[in-house]
Amino acid sequence: MSWTFKSDQPIYIQIVERIEIRIVKGEYPPGSKLPSVRELALEAGVNPNTVQRAYADLEQNGFVRTERTSGKYVTDDAEMLISLRKSLSSKYIEELFVRMTELGYSEKEVIEAVKAAKGEN
Amino acid sequence: MNVLECRNLTKNYGSKTALDSVNITLESGRITGLLGPNGSGKTTLIKLACRLLVPTQGDISICGNQPGVETKKIVSYLPDRNYLPEWMNCRDLIYLYEDFYEDFDTQRAVDMIRSLNIDHKIPMKKMSKGTKEKLQLILTMSRRAKLYLLDEPIAGVDPAARDYILHTILSNYDEDASILISTHLIADVESVLDEAIFLKEGKVILQDSVDSIREQSGKSLDEHFREVFRCWES
Repeated sequence: MSWTFKSDQPIYIQIVERIEIRIVKGEYPPGSKLPSVRELALEAGVNPNTVQRAYADLEQNGFVRTERTSGKYVTDDAEMLISLRKSLSSKYIEELFVRMTELGYSEKEVIEAVKAAKGEN
Repeated sequence: MNVLECRNLTKNYGSKTALDSVNITLESGRITGLLGPNGSGKTTLIKLACRLLVPTQGDISICGNQPGVETKKIVSYLPDRNYLPEWMNCRDLIYLYEDFYEDFDTQRAVDMIRSLNIDHKIPMKKMSKGTKEKLQLILTMSRRAKLYLLDEPIAGVDPAARDYILHTILSNYDEDASILISTHLIADVESVLDEAIFLKEGKVILQDSVDSIREQSGKSLDEHFREVFRCWES
């Protein structure tokens, strides 16, 4: 089944994020070979050029490298992977703050609300 | 080289202008959506590219040639209605395509037909509408063409059949081939497109990459289309 995409963002950016998540989760382990452009395009139900663009973006940021003739690989640089995890997490936290601010929460209240929600579970 | 090039392409039907000075270029390796409401000129443009119609004014060329015998060898066309003899079954149709097209890949067609579990012996007239459309698309995509012209390939079939059709398109085109898909069902094709061309009353009002349309408008192609072609004033 094809992936679903948000409407307000270019599709390649959303594909980049999915791949980043898979890398952080270990679904694509460090140093492992990534699916070919065509394979991933079929899985996602998108144009191969879009996947190509997503891979180029990941490569530019150093999370993926190309080995000539054999394809794309996840980096095995541990520091890169740690920084990827951090950058995803700060993005989510920022999203949380943006939404909570819309609801009228102050920064302090957001932190308290997070703590309280965690305590409840 | 540009696979398809239109320069000031105009087509009149009597006093009615169906296409008005259209300028379009399609590069190789791209999937382009030809999008517009009913009556905007989508089918006219595709028929001009197949020389089923001749331009009133302007030029259209495919890989540098005017539409004609040479271009028919490299263009695979899916019309918006069934044009195949209804008494034929899958085998007859495969023989027909083998006879007509040098670039027809029989094995590819047979494999796809097998995966759909279509009975080889039943004639087209006994197939459901969805099955007929899938079969015609399989035949069209089994040619190793340079340019595929697909006129409304997903109209009139259920969502599961649409997914199948889009999957078939994505998995069967060669990297240097180009595809032009005409449709008004934009949400369904949006993720497979590189580029979009908006046609309105015979004029091109937008040609851009889908990602840049999303970036600039902050909306999906479907939402942007609905805004551009809104049928009422608010």
